[in-house]
Amino acid sequence: MTSKVVSLREAVARHVPDGASIALGCALEPAIPFAFAHELIRQRRMGLELIGPISDIAFDQLIGAGCVARVSAAWVGNVSAGLAHAYRRAMEQGVPRRIEVRDHSNFSIAQALLAGALGAPYLPTRTLLGSDIPRANGTFREATDPFSGERVLLIPAITPDVAVIAVQRADEDGNAHLWGPWGVTQEAALAAKSVLVLADEIVERAVIASDPNRTIVPGTKVTAVVRQPGACHPSPLQGRYRRDHEFFHEYHNATRSLAGFEAWIAEWVTGVADRDAYLRKLGARWEALRESGKPAFEVRF
Amino acid sequence: MVAQAAREIRDGERVFVGLRLPLIAFVVAKRTHAPNAVGLFELGVVRDAPAAELLYTMGDNPNVAGAVWCARTIDLMGLLQRGDVDAGFIGGAEVDVHGNLNTTAIGSDRTHPTVQLPGSGGGADIASLAHRLIVIMPHDKRRLRASVDFITSPGHGTGGDWRARVGLPRGGPSVLITTLGVFRFVDGSAVLDSYHPGASVDRIREATGWSLRVAPTVRETDAPSEEVLAIIRQYDPHGFWTRRGE
Repeated sequence: MTSKVVSLREAVARHVPDGASIALGCALEPAIPFAFAHELIRQRRMGLELIGPISDIAFDQLIGAGCVARVSAAWVGNVSAGLAHAYRRAMEQGVPRRIEVRDHSNFSIAQALLAGALGAPYLPTRTLLGSDIPRANGTFREATDPFSGERVLLIPAITPDVAVIAVQRADEDGNAHLWGPWGVTQEAALAAKSVLVLADEIVERAVIASDPNRTIVPGTKVTAVVRQPGACHPSPLQGRYRRDHEFFHEYHNATRSLAGFEAWIAEWVTGVADRDAYLRKLGARWEALRESGKPAFEVRF
Repeated sequence: MVAQAAREIRDGERVFVGLRLPLIAFVVAKRTHAPNAVGLFELGVVRDAPAAELLYTMGDNPNVAGAVWCARTIDLMGLLQRGDVDAGFIGGAEVDVHGNLNTTAIGSDRTHPTVQLPGSGGGADIASLAHRLIVIMPHDKRRLRASVDFITSPGHGTGGDWRARVGLPRGGPSVLITTLGVFRFVDGSAVLDSYHPGASVDRIREATGWSLRVAPTVRETDAPSEEVLAIIRQYDPHGFWTRRGE
């Protein structure tokens, strides 16, 4: 077995071309791979399609940095602080550029990715009937259920070019353990053509194989593995580090103006060489967020 | 507002909790009249006891520690679609007289909004599929409008049997709780049921964007008990959520 481990810089350079569709932030509020989003900005990726349920400022940063052509998402904002200023500037003023939005709900994006994971063309649902979201999205179809004659909405499959998932641990082949909420992570990984794993820690295969129920995606689906501690800050990673609430609020206040946004990106993204330098810049603040959690009771196989 | 929201949760119910004030309402309900209520969180968490500390998001580590189920969004949404969820909470930027909510964008053209809002999240799903929807909003004439610019989360549409006609399987708003009062829905339209202590019917009429209907039994909302106030202050001691005027 050859190792799939590469650096974050290599993972973006080799596996994410301009114009790629990328599922990111799929566990909702936790385990958002901010380190990956920042590397996309540093390498000036353009024309990306972002796919996800919510992204808690990761999408806002990529939109503001001009990397994005289209967003297929249920929500783009700052969960504990409010609106997303860069997303607002893009939609309201076309700054730094106009983006296309395909509105979703959390259920519709989950079903689109599940359909992709199943190799099915679409999934029928009862959600969003009567909402303006189907009209705004433009890809859904209303239909009549051939069995019951009832009205249903058909959600077409989404198959991202790349799914980027952050996990606590993975082996060198990409067999990955994620605990805490999964959100739509598994569907996104299984639906994607290529999966990039950001692991807080690389472990022996025996560690993964000792608890296979905790594996969110098998290595057979994974293209590359990056060992990147602290990849999710300021979002949390269960049992490893807590959410940095203040960081979200500081970002909200700092990015109200375009100049403020650009200064923030210069300080925290383009002004640091990589994620390790970012964590060093956080310093004691980062150390204070780390936690070891409580052990689960033993499971025997 | 939080105290009234807590009253809407009945003992033993399975409730889609969401964020912000509903989260605190869930804590109040659990510790008072609804000890057997179960909280469901759309990122994949089910818990029968509130988290030990104030949450800023449903994905904070303390909301996972001690949960009874940690799974996938599709699993929680499946429960919702099957009809296994009794009630859900939701807020929005705008609501109309039929309880339709807009959290998508202000302005008539979706592609060129006046104000871009964050979007649905799971709100539209909860509004579509829960047996009962509890709406919480700050009371402001710009927020309680005759009609909303975009229906993100369907309420009662144009009223009457609209939900059945568009194919929604059940549900719709049962109550709209604002910072000034409580509305109930009669035939799919909001009717003022009570005004909070310090508010009045006239003040609410002034601050409401639709032609106000008032229940013949309108009265003052019951003030929260000392016990309830103590729970709120203990859970959110710095008022991060409860003093934002939400």
